[in-house]
Amino acid sequence: MTQASLALPGPAYLARRRARMIRERLIEMTLFLAALVSVFTTVGIVYILVRESVVFFQAVPIVDFLTDTQWTPLFDDAHFGIMVLLSGTLTSSMVALSIAIPLGTIIAIYLSEFAPFRLREIAKPFLELLGGVPTIVYGYFALLFVTPLLQKIYPGLPGFNLLSAGLVMGIMIIPYVASISEDAMRAVPMSLREGSYATGATRLQTALRVVFPAAFSGVAAAYILGISRAVGETMILAVAAGMQPNLTFNPLEPAATITAYIVQVALGDLPHGSIGYQTIFAAGLSLMLITLVFNIGGHMLRRRFRETY
Amino acid sequence: MDMKRGIRTRKRHEAIFAVVGLIALMIGVLTFCALFVDMAIKGMGRLDWDFFTSFPSRRAGSAGILSAWVGSTLVMVVTAFFAVPLGVAAGIYLEEYGRKNWVTDLIEINITNLAGVPSIVYGLLALGLFVYQFGLGQSILAAGLTLALLILPVVIVATREAIRSIPQAIREGSYALGATRWQTVRYHILPYSSAGILTGVIIGMARAIGETAPIITIGALTFIAFLPPPPVMAEPPFVSFEWLFSPFTVMPIQMFNWTSRPEAAFQVNAAAAGFVLVFMTLAMNGLAIWLRYRLRRNIKW
Repeated sequence: MTQASLALPGPAYLARRRARMIRERLIEMTLFLAALVSVFTTVGIVYILVRESVVFFQAVPIVDFLTDTQWTPLFDDAHFGIMVLLSGTLTSSMVALSIAIPLGTIIAIYLSEFAPFRLREIAKPFLELLGGVPTIVYGYFALLFVTPLLQKIYPGLPGFNLLSAGLVMGIMIIPYVASISEDAMRAVPMSLREGSYATGATRLQTALRVVFPAAFSGVAAAYILGISRAVGETMILAVAAGMQPNLTFNPLEPAATITAYIVQVALGDLPHGSIGYQTIFAAGLSLMLITLVFNIGGHMLRRRFRETY
Repeated sequence: MDMKRGIRTRKRHEAIFAVVGLIALMIGVLTFCALFVDMAIKGMGRLDWDFFTSFPSRRAGSAGILSAWVGSTLVMVVTAFFAVPLGVAAGIYLEEYGRKNWVTDLIEINITNLAGVPSIVYGLLALGLFVYQFGLGQSILAAGLTLALLILPVVIVATREAIRSIPQAIREGSYALGATRWQTVRYHILPYSSAGILTGVIIGMARAIGETAPIITIGALTFIAFLPPPPVMAEPPFVSFEWLFSPFTVMPIQMFNWTSRPEAAFQVNAAAAGFVLVFMTLAMNGLAIWLRYRLRRNIKW
């Protein structure tokens, strides 16, 4: 064995090493581009929504859009008052969240602090299954099962109404709220619970006064996700709440939401570039802004209540 | 005496809460059972061979879901073709390559935010971008791409979690033998995380197969009485990609169409289609949960 051959690698080896390094760089670049797709998606969404909305707002003053009390974009006498659709979105979301947040929170506390191990192991995957049911199926259920049921209790209820759509939407959102809240509560260190028990607190007192406040930033994230789901939910409302624009905050009435309106227009045959075509992008932009506001609010809430252990 | 009463009251509150919690859990479970049983009872009469091999029809009794399940299958093929490589590659980059800098932070924040964007907004993106800007039209390709973007965050997050659970010692062992970063990923990281990634992919696909809103938004037709051109032919060039540009319908849209008709006979069809749809998503989600369960039990680093 000669010393020289060890100390100085031959040209063949160097060439191979260079080829290897170039290949590594190329692979890294490819993977990086794949990771950038998500950024492109966001940019694409904002670009498309803004581009089409700009054309729309050239024809319709933004003040009219925000203050008009009629939404009749396809009539000769066209009105574009987003409030009309917004009222449907807000009303149905309120109904859904008044179901999903209390029930989801109770389930989370129960599973995290009370339920026996075996029950939790079964219930968690089951909740996930529930969250995986297609929303069109929930829409069918709201229209053809829940509404007839509600009509037996309250005979004057119209066939399309925000109440039954909202109720079913609430059930749909429970798994999201429960699952994420439960994860947050389970992440609270055991020593906090032990300290509470040592002072003589019961499990319920510990859950409500120690675990829940300690996990609140995670629970808030779960609530925000629930709100985004409710505001963006489409098919349940398109099927069960009717697609009639209706400025109302009464859940017993039929009404169109922002999302249901988009579906309604997409089902029709609107020519590309017409004002009707552009309204759905303006509606979509409004939807994005609403979810954005809630997400920023949630972010601030999380920062405010973050606990570190 | 007073203290004893206080303790008794608190114990009672605790017992009451345990019952309330169980009831809350049961509301979710029972609703799901009601939904499933209701559709099964109503739709069972229509669930026969003909239902799967017939086109939709104006007569409810002879209508079927042939074009719907073929369309769903083809769209899923396109979705998987784009979402799996892109999602896995992005996940690998963020876990194994990404340095802690603002670009990586930006990508991460983006993925979190995208997961919260309403699905119908993806439909609007696809309508503006794929259908008109790229000129893909209301095609299977456009729908598949839309759903691929929609489930990309799911695949990325699952990939990252699977990779993160691999101990650092595995990587160090590989580097110690002179492997490059990519060799480590290719021969160690990917094989060990494949089951976890598969779980995420299945959950993502189960979500995609039930998505209705974005596909309606791109303008998919609700009544399709023909099949896309076959991908394989008898004469050269044997393989055809014409089906990618064919009009189509999918299962949830077919169900939506039947649900929104006033005639009761079509609602029976909707129940049957809904049963098939729920069965498919349940089977996929169940498979994913089972895979994860086995994974957790089998792997001991």
